Amino acid sequence: MANSEPSFLYGQKVAEALGLQPKVGASLDQGGAANITLISYAAMAIDAGMMDIGIVCYGDTPRTGSRKVYQRPRGDDAVYGWYATAAGYALVHQRYRQQYKVPDEHFGAVAVAFRANGARNPRAQLRQAITLQGYLASPYVIEPLRRDDCCLVSDGAAAVIVMSRKRAQSLGIDHAVPILGFGQGQESWEVHLRPSLTSTAAAASAEAAFRMAGVRREDIDVAQLYDCFTITPLITLEDYGFCPPGKAAAFAGDGGFALDGALPCNTSGGLLSETGTPGLQLVIEGVRQMRGEATLQIRDARYCLISNQGGTLHTHSTLILGTPA
Amino acid sequence: MSFPMPDVSALSAPYWQALRDGMLVYQQCAGCASRWLPARSACPSCLGTELSWRTASGRGKVVSWVVYHVAYDDAFKDRLPYNVALVELEEGPRVLTNIVDSDAARRLRLDAPVTLRIEYEGDVALARFKLAD
Repeated sequence: MANSEPSFLYGQKVAEALGLQPKVGASLDQGGAANITLISYAAMAIDAGMMDIGIVCYGDTPRTGSRKVYQRPRGDDAVYGWYATAAGYALVHQRYRQQYKVPDEHFGAVAVAFRANGARNPRAQLRQAITLQGYLASPYVIEPLRRDDCCLVSDGAAAVIVMSRKRAQSLGIDHAVPILGFGQGQESWEVHLRPSLTSTAAAASAEAAFRMAGVRREDIDVAQLYDCFTITPLITLEDYGFCPPGKAAAFAGDGGFALDGALPCNTSGGLLSETGTPGLQLVIEGVRQMRGEATLQIRDARYCLISNQGGTLHTHSTLILGTPA
Repeated sequence: MSFPMPDVSALSAPYWQALRDGMLVYQQCAGCASRWLPARSACPSCLGTELSWRTASGRGKVVSWVVYHVAYDDAFKDRLPYNVALVELEEGPRVLTNIVDSDAARRLRLDAPVTLRIEYEGDVALARFKLAD
């Protein structure tokens, strides 16, 4: 499913190009949360005996194609100058920043940590580390969002294959990574009409995933958190129950997301560096970490937590991966 | 240069007409007393359809705000930097708006009290706000 050029029956179009007539085929309208959600639906369809092997894929070309979807006017509020996806996140960032009196350096720490990882990923689109000074000097786009708070705009595509453990064994596939848990959460209102700007339905998504996986927060060794803007992983960390409200910023500021931090995060650079293509790169890096094949491998990592979200914090999905048997 | 004017429908016409008449109005549900903006055909809380328009006091507070340094439409190029604020009316409904105050960037803060100031963009009356003293 591509966000910038939505079309009908996209799954069937891709299947035809691959020469496949799948038993189950669908595209999903959840923005950036769709990837993990589709992985979970594939797992359920396999479990229900509806299909054997699923391909979950995403591709889009907003970099060389149209960025209109990200820049579009927002209904009747456009008369006040209300445009662009970034604006909703800027509104949330401002509220969070003011409510919890967060210094800009703490938002900067998120970009510095993730871009440092991207700089060491030979496949990243942006292989350039930034400094806190550079972050603070980067121009405002929609204040308080600076350029370096924003993810990349990228052309890209990715796919993951989902099958049962039994099928993977019979096919002789080594290092198949087990899906331990997944969950979803949905907000139904426009961001500015929500009672709270600084907490989201990501909480329900994480709760479901942790319950299904039977692991605790403290068991997570590495995380890949959706970082369309620096505010997003901060709110996710709080909604997921890793930090009390307002405390994730200081966690980031103290180096908590760094490779040697309390929760190493976005080890391939995330949306801020590896590619802005929404979501699947986080899953794929999670798979690499669980296989012990990541460029920036976290030693002895046993559990990986991955978040996806879409819209303006409208849709949330969570995935917990374990290590291959 | 053309502005992105609101798409006035039968549903929202009373809202825009009231602003022309000098009032900011919101919808209220007869069934559950919920109040909201923008206009809807059914109550977002109980789906009731017996709705009325009420006049707001014009007083509210700032919930959050942003300042555009990039124009996503040529119509706003000459206005950069400009703010868009989220204001909660004292009756409860929330609106996106502009704070018309040349010193707004310095003076804006959470919960800052604001009052309605109706301004025209072409033929359309808009609900902008100014910081209350």
